[in-house]
Amino acid sequence: MIVRIATEGQYDVADADVEGLNDLDNRAVSACEARDEQSFHEVFAQLLDYVRTKGTPVSDDELVGSEMILPPPDVSLAEARAEFQGEGLIPG
Amino acid sequence: MPGLSGRMSTVVKAKISKLLDRAEDPSETLEYSYQKQIELLQNVKKGIADVVTSKKRLQLQEEKYQQQIVKLDTQARQALAAGNEELARTALERKNGLQTELQSLDSQIAQLEQQQEQMTASEQKLRAKLEQFRSKKEVIKAQYSAAEAQVRISEAATGVGEEMADVGLAMQRALDKTENMRARADAVQELEAAGTFDDLTQLGSGEDDIDRQLKALSSSSDVDNELAKMKAELGTGGAAKGELGAGAPGDTAGGESAGAGQEQTG
Repeated sequence: MIVRIATEGQYDVADADVEGLNDLDNRAVSACEARDEQSFHEVFAQLLDYVRTKGTPVSDDELVGSEMILPPPDVSLAEARAEFQGEGLIPG
Repeated sequence: MPGLSGRMSTVVKAKISKLLDRAEDPSETLEYSYQKQIELLQNVKKGIADVVTSKKRLQLQEEKYQQQIVKLDTQARQALAAGNEELARTALERKNGLQTELQSLDSQIAQLEQQQEQMTASEQKLRAKLEQFRSKKEVIKAQYSAAEAQVRISEAATGVGEEMADVGLAMQRALDKTENMRARADAVQELEAAGTFDDLTQLGSGEDDIDRQLKALSSSSDVDNELAKMKAELGTGGAAKGELGAGAPGDTAGGESAGAGQEQTG
């Protein structure tokens, strides 16, 4: 499964590792909804770390769409919340 | 409820399809995407230049602060030597405030440095994708029937569109941060310019807004310590005693006339 960390790059994560990824993703969402800043940043950092360590970077000359896109590493809780409300981080 | 990634993916996909919808004919899609990439590459270059300019500006400001700090230190000594402790204190408070700003400038410059590197890396990555896309485009045009080409092209275009959206996002964030830093630097510069030490003598005893704000930036105990140290160095003794206290061996500032030949460095 191709996963992109926004502003960083794409990683190829093995199917076996996808469940762990989803689990962390859901925990990030819970923290985000609970407006728990500290736990959001902790879980989100774990999530990014998971992708970076379990995944293999996609080479620069490969043209492939991602199945999953994670917000940028420096995302704030407010931005992550806005992401749910549909404003989104992607410019115009 | 989709996860963070799910939501983000939806937004990016919507963006890509908007980007690619404009052309129906596959080769048009290719040309359009290719053109967009070149535009974006130019924007990234402009963005990098912008970050470099901001960095240089902050570096200049840093130099100015350093000079100002030396000047304020000298002036505090002069004021103290002339027996004007209040003035010396105000000068040290300003010096202290500027030192705090200097530290924050340091970290801002480091952040800009990092952004510059990140954007340069993004530019190189996009360039590689662009190169790949260009050769792929020719291969697809030459080898496939229109229907099949459509499928392959949309695959390649999605990959490239996603990269474009992502570089756009990275650039936007870098520029937003740069903008914030610039606004802050400007505000501090105005604050500082409005309350130069030259005007201080004219302020008399009245404390103006700038003083209060600068004071808020500095920690008063630091100022007290520095003032005490300065007094000890100048050999004016007196109030220095309590301040130096703990760490200083013996009677540092015991006598009014005790030679300050041996400087105590806290």
